[in-house]
Amino acid sequence: MTGLLLVNSLCKRFGGLVAVDSVSFEVIAGRVTAVIGPNGAGKTTLFNLISGTIPPTSGQILFAGQNITGHAPEKVAAQGLVRTFQLVQLFQNLSVEENVKVGCHLHTRGGVLAALFRPRWAREEERAVEANARELLEFVGLADVAEASAATLPYGQQRLLEIARALAARPKLLLLDEPAAGLNREETQQLSSVIRRISERGTTVLLIEHDMTLVMNTADAIVVLDFGCKIAEGAPEDIRTNPAVIEAYLGGVEGISSVTGDNRKVVADE
Amino acid sequence: MRLHATILQLKAMTAQQSGSRRRLLAWLPGVIGVAIVLYTFIGGGYLVSVVSFGLIYALFVTGLNLFMGYTGQVSFGQNAFAAISGYMSAVLTTTYGWGVAPALACGIAATLVVALVVGYPALRLKGHYLAMATLAIGLIAYEVAVQWQSVTQGYMGISGIPPLGVFGYEITSDRGNLAFLALVAGLGVGAAALIRHSRLGRAMTAVAGSEDAARALGIDVARYKLLAFLIAAAYAGLAGSLFVHVVGFVSPEVYGLHMVNLAFTMLYVGGIGTIAGPLVGAIIIILLPETFRSFRDYQDMAYGAVLILLLIYAPRGLASLSDLWSGRARG
Ligand SMILES: Nc1ncnc2c1ncn2[C@@H]1O[C@H](COP(=O)(O)OP(=O)(O)OP(=O)(O)O)[C@@H](O)[C@H]1O
Ligand SMILES: [Mg+2]
Repeated sequence: MTGLLLVNSLCKRFGGLVAVDSVSFEVIAGRVTAVIGPNGAGKTTLFNLISGTIPPTSGQILFAGQNITGHAPEKVAAQGLVRTFQLVQLFQNLSVEENVKVGCHLHTRGGVLAALFRPRWAREEERAVEANARELLEFVGLADVAEASAATLPYGQQRLLEIARALAARPKLLLLDEPAAGLNREETQQLSSVIRRISERGTTVLLIEHDMTLVMNTADAIVVLDFGCKIAEGAPEDIRTNPAVIEAYLGGVEGISSVTGDNRKVVADE
Repeated sequence: MRLHATILQLKAMTAQQSGSRRRLLAWLPGVIGVAIVLYTFIGGGYLVSVVSFGLIYALFVTGLNLFMGYTGQVSFGQNAFAAISGYMSAVLTTTYGWGVAPALACGIAATLVVALVVGYPALRLKGHYLAMATLAIGLIAYEVAVQWQSVTQGYMGISGIPPLGVFGYEITSDRGNLAFLALVAGLGVGAAALIRHSRLGRAMTAVAGSEDAARALGIDVARYKLLAFLIAAAYAGLAGSLFVHVVGFVSPEVYGLHMVNLAFTMLYVGGIGTIAGPLVGAIIIILLPETFRSFRDYQDMAYGAVLILLLIYAPRGLASLSDLWSGRARG
């Protein structure tokens, strides 16, 4: 068992707010790992740090044996770490299929000259991209709407499209930020099956999710964050009965946070 | 030509892919544009030179569309690139006796160098800063054209610029110019279509859609913005040079701010982010004042009224009008 991703004492401060507080954990290759925690716990911030969207205040991120701390997102993606977003970020101006084709960017080549003169290799590559896109749309169940404009898809399908597009980049590690948010029960079940099949294809998955049924159905390991700190880590059955986790979720934190929006750790002035 | 062959191939591909009316409707605005050019060519008269200018603008706006429509950036300074190439063409052919083709090639090369030097830092700016930086480039180019009298002859301008032509053959008739410009504009629009449906074009469109998502998929956003800027500058340079050879004269006013105004109107009326939009917009907008000549005093009012009506009934441009029938929200 090898750690594909190693997060080491990672910290992120926003002014006086510590959004991620010395978080360390490991993502084992071939598994599905879930990050859970109440609203504002720092889960998305953790993803932003790992994917290079924002630089950490301190700490280290190792991916596939390489130090990727503070690398630009496109560099991190080129290493094989690809993410989706909590608020779906589709290319609304492109069709469903073209969105997936954009995902093939990293393992294709060609610029102005290839576009204008379409040499044989470029045409062959374009055919491969097309086949790849079709196959992935089939995989997530969107083949029927391939020609539609991405902007016209219902929300659930938009989330699946974002996943198909990320898969087109052939990630070693796929980061999914709340893939089930806004989905109905049936769509969530479909998503569970997609996540399991992604894992079976050999892609390691790290996902943030509030839907506990989905987490319990898909995750092999769980990391729990609260107030920016890791409060627990382990197999699903252990997490379910972990007193600290029960405290974080049932100790009123969720309820309080939704009313006051204030369940963050604020550091005293230094 | 190879490019031409690939365009035909592309057309065949798109037609066969869907085989439905939708795609045909999407081509309709382009077909109308081509019909107007043909009609003018056959009919002759003074409209020939008006439509010729329309075609030069079509090239200019096609470049602008790649940068603004596809890549989602803003530039108010494309006139600077037209000016650089136009003056380069004018000076090299008149003062130094160069042939038209090498002068034009040199003009475009100079445009690309300036666009690279300006674009590299400017494209790191966001939003209005980029827009302001590009506006400044346009104004600076104008000032240089006015002040650098020893080369540009200031407000007086340069006249006696030789007409278009290669290998000793010169195009002397208005009809000849129209035919040649139609060919060049056709290739220019075709090239834009090829770009749009390539890896490059998809990356550019992804940048417009969501920079965060593009970067998360490994797209170097800064690089594709710069590439789009350079391609747009090359189109602007080509248009700028063609203009001086067709008219035979150049002065700072030719590339003034009004050029930017006109190009923006053409882009939005034709349909920003669509392939045929720039061509349709350029020809319609160049012809509108002619159409309203008989209204005399009310000419400007009629022009304004038509623009407003277009914005109401085709807010995404004429090229998207076919969407109304096909119910498809894409260009
Ligand atoms: N760019 C930022 N600037 C300032 N504060 C931020 C920024 N991004 C996040 N935060 C704060 O960091 C804390 C953690 O936010 P984050 O989005 O990571 O939470 P989360 O666990 O993803 O929550 P949710 O489940 O609601 O998505 C929040 O208090 C948030 O307001
Ligand atoms: Mg979040």
